[in-house]
Formats: sequence, structure tokens, C-alpha cells
Amino acid sequence: MRRFLDVAHAVAWRTIHNFVTNPAYFFPSVIFPLFFFTAFAGGLSSVGDVPGFNFPAGYTAFQFVFVLLQASAFGGVFTGFGIAADFEKGFARRLLLGAPNRLGILAGYAVAALLRAAIVAVLLFCVALATGMHVTGGGVDLFGLVVLAALVNLTATFFAAGVAFRTRTIQAGPAMQMPVFIVLFLAPVFVPLDLVGGWVHTVAQVNPITAILEGGRDLISGQSFPALLAFGLALALPVLFSFWAVRGLRRAEAAG
Amino acid sequence: MSTLAQVGQMARRSILQTVRQPAMVIPPIVFPLLLVSINSSGLAAATKIPGFPADSYWDFAIAVPFIQGALFAAINAGSSLARDVETGFIKRLAMTPMRRSALLVGQLIGSMAVALVSAFVYLAAGFAAGMDFKSGALGVPTIIVLGVLIALGFAGIGAYIGLRSGSGEAVQGFFPLLFVLLFLSSVNLPRNLIEQDWFRTIATYNPVSYLVEGVRSLIITGWDGEALALGFGLAVVIATISITLASGALRTRLIRT
Repeated sequence: MRRFLDVAHAVAWRTIHNFVTNPAYFFPSVIFPLFFFTAFAGGLSSVGDVPGFNFPAGYTAFQFVFVLLQASAFGGVFTGFGIAADFEKGFARRLLLGAPNRLGILAGYAVAALLRAAIVAVLLFCVALATGMHVTGGGVDLFGLVVLAALVNLTATFFAAGVAFRTRTIQAGPAMQMPVFIVLFLAPVFVPLDLVGGWVHTVAQVNPITAILEGGRDLISGQSFPALLAFGLALALPVLFSFWAVRGLRRAEAAG
Repeated sequence: MSTLAQVGQMARRSILQTVRQPAMVIPPIVFPLLLVSINSSGLAAATKIPGFPADSYWDFAIAVPFIQGALFAAINAGSSLARDVETGFIKRLAMTPMRRSALLVGQLIGSMAVALVSAFVYLAAGFAAGMDFKSGALGVPTIIVLGVLIALGFAGIGAYIGLRSGSGEAVQGFFPLLFVLLFLSSVNLPRNLIEQDWFRTIATYNPVSYLVEGVRSLIITGWDGEALALGFGLAVVIATISITLASGALRTRLIRT
């Protein structure tokens, strides 16, 4: 256990240090969520006036939850990019040779992804509150929203790590990014599920992100919601993708 | 070899390079259509906002792929020229009697070819999904010319960045900035229905708004002289400025080498 924790600590520290000290990593991670928040909450605010759109906390809070989950997911995806880059530079292979417990490597990357998402989330919260977002949920509700975001971050991290361990090249970036991007946008992003039309409505009904997103929106607005479904799915996804990531790690070990 | 023949050779090279790399052809066509399809369903309710100019959000939004495709044209042109710098192709070319303009024009023609195919695909997808095309048969060539002209302007921007930086990574890094320009415009809602004053102001000063409104006018309005004049006018201005800058960057690049 001690070896696992030592490896995880070292990998997490290195990854987060690189993130914070390298503007090329830090700024895109921070600026893009803020930009999406601006574009969606600002540019589409009149969508909140559509008949049937009844969200008590207002359109800014409605969009904030999506952007928070998206930023959390992309924190995980960008960590996958980092893993792939570490393989390209040869660092990851040396790490596999030197680490007494290789599962600690995955855990370290996951902790770094969580910290990375936490930094972005704090900035997002600050900007959203400063620009007049109404939060009608309580402290416990907000904690629940943060937990949902953290679980989405872990899911994306394990998914992207699984791809990175298998491909070991940054050229696989689109294979990490696109599925996450598409799954997120196949949820009710701009309006509640009832108002989503066409084929996206059908897909969104079975997309697990829909329940998590709607749960997050109910939390920020203090409404009751099927918590078991939202948190159950949010918990099941990282567990499922952890198997994918661990098997990927084993493949990377086997590849040498 | 005449200048025209040189341009033809370079254009052929550019088109072949593009066709042989599915990653340069498929994303500019598929990604914008996927996004517009998702957004049309997600924002279908927006047509219920009083004053919304179309009955179907699909009709309103199908103009957006023309602009997104132009952004991909910028990246493709920029990446190709940056690769030519990185691999030393431009250095070798500088030792031949080939005209400087032939390389740039040939590359831009390659980007235009992808933009042309993309424009036909976007229109076909639009009609297949029941688009109510208000400007009639003459509107089809007009929208394609406008789409290709917009792509030319953005390809010129990409070419300038590719030649100036000589780095494919720098060109890729520029893509998000172009994407920001797209989102901070009237792509999702007409400017008069944007509630936030600051956002409406940015969208009003953002030339991308007028490009998308020019394309959109042919679909949902018919023949709107003002929208078309602004769309075509700005596309010509952007193309002129960007190609002039790219030409200057190529001259500098050849002097450096």
C-alpha cells in the first residue's frame, strides 16, 4: 500500500506541477470552460424565455451546470493527452520500469486530473457568481453537484487513460476527445429534456449523462430529483471505466 | 513553364495531398454537420421565441457549417504550408525558378476544392432534411460561391499563420481562437434576439456574424441585398487582406531560407 501511495503521490505531483507551471497547459484548460460559459449563458439567455422552460435558478445557472461537468470531463481528457505525451517522450516507459506499484501510476494521474478539474471549477464558480448567477440550492446541494462533477472527471480520466495506455501516442487525441465531446452534447445541453426535439431527444433519454446533468441542475436550483439514479450512474461510470484503464495499463506494460 | 502551369502543378499537389489524407477531408464535412444536427434538435425550442426568423431551427442553423468548414480550410491550408516549411520543401522550391505566387495560389486552390465539395454536401444534407430554401434555384450557386469565398479568406489566414510560424502546432493552436470568433457571433440566435447587451455588442462587431448572416439570408429570407452585400463584401475584404499577408509571409520565408 505504501508503495502504491508513493507512486501515486509522485505522479500526481509531477502532473499537477506541469499543469500549473506551463501556461500552454494551464490557460486552455481555464479559458475554454469560461468561454463556453460566456457563449452559452450569455449568447443564448433568451432561450430561457421559451414557453415550457421553467428553471427556477435562471438560464445562467442552467448552463453553468453543463459547463462545470464539461470542464470536469475535459480535465480528464487533457490528462489522457498528458499520459500519451509521456509515452511519446519515453517518460512513461521509464516510469513503468521504475514504479514498484504500477497501479499507483494510474491513481496518480487520476488524482492530478481531479485537482486540475478542481482548480478550473473554483474559477468557474467565481466567474459565474460574479456575473450574477443565482444559486437557489443549499450548501449540501452544492456539495452534491461538486461530487457529481468529480465523478464525471474520474470517468473521463479513466476513459482517456485507457485510450492513451493502448495507443501510447498523442495522435490518438481525437479518439479521447471526440467521444466525450459527443456524449456530452447528446444530453439536454441548451434546454430541458422535454424541449429537446428530433433524434437527439431519443438519444438523450438513454444517455447516462442526461440523468447526471439533470441531477446537477436540480441540485443547483434546490429541487428534488431521483438522486439514486444520478449518483448511481455517476458512480457506476468511473468504476466501469477503471477496468478499461487498468487493462490498458496492463497492455502498456506488456508492450514494454 | 508558365505561371499558370506552375499554379496547376501546385494545385494538383495540394488536392492530391488532401485527398490522400482522410483526416483533412472528413472532419470539415462530418464535424460541422454533426454539430448542426445536434444543435438543431437541442435548440429546436428556440423557434418559439417571439420574432425568431425561421419556422425550423435546422433552416436557421444550416448556414453555420459553411463557416465551420471555412475554419477547417484555414487549418488545412496552414498545416500544409507549415509542413512544407518544416520538411524543407519550401527551401528546395526556393532554388527553382518557380514563382512564389504559384505555391500560395496552388495551396489555396486545394483548400477551395475541399470547401466546394463541403458546400455541396452541406446543401445536400440541408435539402435532405427538408430545408425550405427561400432564394430558389439561383440561390444555390450564390450560396456555394459565398461559401467558397469565405473559405478562401480563412484559408488565407491559415496560410499566413503556417508560413509565418512554420509550425503545424502553432496552426493547430490557432484553431480555438477561430472557434471563439464563431461562437461569439450570431451563429446560434439572430442578433436582435440576443438578450445580453455585451454579447450582442460583440456579435455586432464580429465580422463572422455578417458572414453567417449572408449565407443564412439566402436560406431563410430569400434575396436580402444588405445581408448579401455585407457577407460578400466582408468575405472579399478578409480574403484580400489574408492573402496579401500570406504572400508577404512567403516572401519573408523565402528570404530567410
